[in-house]
Amino acid sequence: MLGKKRIQEIADTILARSTADQTEVVVVAGEEYLTRFANSTIHQNVAETNAEVRTRVVLGTRVGVAATNNLDGEALAATLESALAIARLQPENPDFKSLPGPQPIPEVSAFSAATADCTPEQRAQGVGAICLQARDAGVVASGALTTSVVELGVTNSLGVSAYLPTTYADINTVVMSDTSAGYASALALDVNDLDFETIGREAVEKCLHSQNPRALDPGEYAVILEPYAVQDFLMMMSYTGLGAVALQEGRSFMAGRIGERIVDDRISIWDDGLDPTGIPMPFDFEGVPKQRVDFFERGVARGVVYDSYRAGKEEGKTSTGHALAAPNAMGPFPLNSFLAPGDTALEEMIASTERGLYVTRFHYTRPVEPRQVVITGMTRDGTFLVENGQIAYPVKNLRFTQSYLEALNHVEAIGNEPHLLSGFGGLLRNSVPALKLGTFSFTGATEF
Amino acid sequence: MKTLTDRALNLAQVQGATYADIRIIQRRTQGITVKNGVVEGLSENESQGFGVRVVAGGAWGFASSALLTPAEVDRVTALAVQIARASALFKTRDVNLGPPVAHTGTYRTPVQIDPWDVSLEEKLDLLFKADEGMRATPGVVVATSSIVLWRERMTFANTEGAFLEQEIVESGSGIEALAVDPQSGEVQKRSYPNAFARDQRREGWESILAHDLPGNALRVGEEAVALLSADPCPSGTTTIVLGATQLALQVHESCGHPIELDRVFGTEASYAGTSFLTPEKYGNFRYGSEVVNITADATSPGGLGTFGWDDEGVPAQRVPVIREGLFVGYLTSRETAQQLREIAGDAAPETSGGAMRADGWNRIPLIRMTNINLEPGEWEFDDLIADTDDGIYMELNRSWSIDDKRLNFQFGTEIAFEIKGGKMGRMLKNATYTGITPQFWANCDAICNDNHWRVWGTPNCGKGQPSQSAHVGHGTAPARFRNVQVGVMK
Repeated sequence: MLGKKRIQEIADTILARSTADQTEVVVVAGEEYLTRFANSTIHQNVAETNAEVRTRVVLGTRVGVAATNNLDGEALAATLESALAIARLQPENPDFKSLPGPQPIPEVSAFSAATADCTPEQRAQGVGAICLQARDAGVVASGALTTSVVELGVTNSLGVSAYLPTTYADINTVVMSDTSAGYASALALDVNDLDFETIGREAVEKCLHSQNPRALDPGEYAVILEPYAVQDFLMMMSYTGLGAVALQEGRSFMAGRIGERIVDDRISIWDDGLDPTGIPMPFDFEGVPKQRVDFFERGVARGVVYDSYRAGKEEGKTSTGHALAAPNAMGPFPLNSFLAPGDTALEEMIASTERGLYVTRFHYTRPVEPRQVVITGMTRDGTFLVENGQIAYPVKNLRFTQSYLEALNHVEAIGNEPHLLSGFGGLLRNSVPALKLGTFSFTGATEF
Repeated sequence: MKTLTDRALNLAQVQGATYADIRIIQRRTQGITVKNGVVEGLSENESQGFGVRVVAGGAWGFASSALLTPAEVDRVTALAVQIARASALFKTRDVNLGPPVAHTGTYRTPVQIDPWDVSLEEKLDLLFKADEGMRATPGVVVATSSIVLWRERMTFANTEGAFLEQEIVESGSGIEALAVDPQSGEVQKRSYPNAFARDQRREGWESILAHDLPGNALRVGEEAVALLSADPCPSGTTTIVLGATQLALQVHESCGHPIELDRVFGTEASYAGTSFLTPEKYGNFRYGSEVVNITADATSPGGLGTFGWDDEGVPAQRVPVIREGLFVGYLTSRETAQQLREIAGDAAPETSGGAMRADGWNRIPLIRMTNINLEPGEWEFDDLIADTDDGIYMELNRSWSIDDKRLNFQFGTEIAFEIKGGKMGRMLKNATYTGITPQFWANCDAICNDNHWRVWGTPNCGKGQPSQSAHVGHGTAPARFRNVQVGVMK
């Protein structure tokens, strides 16, 4: 780790040298280790040490950004000059108001020494526990275990100075037979909180239970969605419409509907970087403290997330602390979202279903029509027909084309156990329960 | 560089590695985005580092660092060996790389105008002109114009004697207009020259000039607005003609990915999935009709998958993949080539087809597409349309999805046109089509010729854990497919 002192020294050196009206230095440093397995053996096993320094300068309302991972004084000075040259060459941007000023940052606990000190041998043993279960059951395990240490430092010439050391550990596994597959995953701050035996057992059992699936005609079905599938709802809604850019450009499903009930009144979804049950992140990439932002409160659309630039485009708006690193074409983005759990166990959802589909997760989902959050994708890794309150038999995977907003107007039950899951390659850390929906549109089928 | 590479390779062997390679990479990128008349983003990024890949105890280990010093090379090399020995704890077989690879040489992307020599003023002027052109049409709410430049300098060396130096240059640009209906909130988008903000090539600034973004901006804005009042794509089964850019993505998803031999052997199962092109189909499976010929070509001029040597030091080459509809070739690495020979014997090539590519110094090479090209056919585009009695022409991708064995797919395009009686007719919006890969390609009955063929760039192909983004190319010309289900969105 670079440490708070070194990161602050880097930032202070750049700020002292800068001739800009405003200057911001963001340092992201870390070590990431990933042990990947397939065919029940470790086939890829990697480590990375990196530190990136991103300098943003403001001349009037002209902004330039340059980044380097070379921490030599000369390289940092050259990067600053590059940012200044870029800023000088631009026309003024009337939409840019200012970098943010300092605000108090809440203290959070986001670091685990066990995760930071996890060795290649310990990761191999964790993965080995899953591989050996698969071998014993006559099936094949694949997956990845990641342990990561990240330091984020944000400093600017207006007085912002924020530092966060954080860790996370993430395990996912797909276990396959010749005719089936099962899946399990988990995310934690502390690698010791990942129960590899349980994760392996979940995926192995799903694989064994979904062997020899039968073909099923596409159509409208009630669905029971495991948390892995529900995670996709949050990911796709974040991507299509929970940030200020989509709202301001008129393409968010929230546009013109804030204050209106647009999903079931049992649905509440929010983003909260301070919630200790997630992976806490108390400030964003501009050093602005994260606020809780409610997206849906008992079904009513409440708002989206902002960074300082997007907030500056609306009278009276302030940053909610959801900036990503500049320059950010995607705009502000929620990274720590929660869907409120309910009071129904998965077993009860199954028992209450006359005819429907039990879905483990979705695969390769993409927006077809973003304004209604119409998404297409496939089921994967364990899909079952439910009849008369019981799992009847496994079915071959189906394609769906469905508006997630419309689907959330047919909520029949919400699960009582939230699961912490990663998304978009580790960028998102969301907590979601299972869901039972009264109708879901399957438009195609595949051969397995 | 040779001092550092020799240091790493020698140390790896001393510590018991039976194979080692090292890549030292310096990458520079520039991104410029103009949105609605203002510079939304303008940045320069530099990244450098090295990665050491070893086989020790019969298993793989890899470690990387941004710090280019002898002491760090020592630390990282030792870590790579430690990681490999940890991998070996649960191995079931030893890594077999086959014959040694020991090429030496240099390669540089052929460039007419170095894009880094072009002034920022000239680049901004181009983008502002395009921005103005798109916003000339009332109803265009968001106009985005962008340029992306990329340069990567790499040194590769291995314990078998390879020493290679390459410099890759890429230039990409594009425009996108969003139109929003103020009453209904409907959003329609038009892009040029390719989907998702840009087309990109391994060429210099000349590639961006050739796109003529300002010259196409007015049309792009007008079409985005026109789509708002266009009829929706009907539902049913019909003939479709796919434009070249949409066909590029079709080839990418339904051919490029399932021929990656690592996917076939299950090593990507936990993320993107496997493949329906299992080894018993090698050489005898009917993938498509007899007009379908597909080649993996790492030598296509300007293609994003063009280089001198791959990231295992294997020379760039052409590999036949589909010949007259028959499946005949995979994308391979040194290790998977040997695994294929264990299954297929002498019917499989002796050595790697040179498809191992890594996204930077901090990632291991994986089997990636190079330029996966649908070879041109015989038809002039106008003749193909004239020969089509009833169908839909679909152009430029808007959405894409495929199952984890690469069989069931569904795509959407930005714009479509009805074809009736051999003529292009009314504009259609929200066009989608779906199918099963070999059935779809079996129904391909016509491909346009060289006059309509070019290599398109896909700069955002995701694969691997941790994730990697590959830049790949697809040479295509418009083509016709019969009996396709269209209009899937309800």
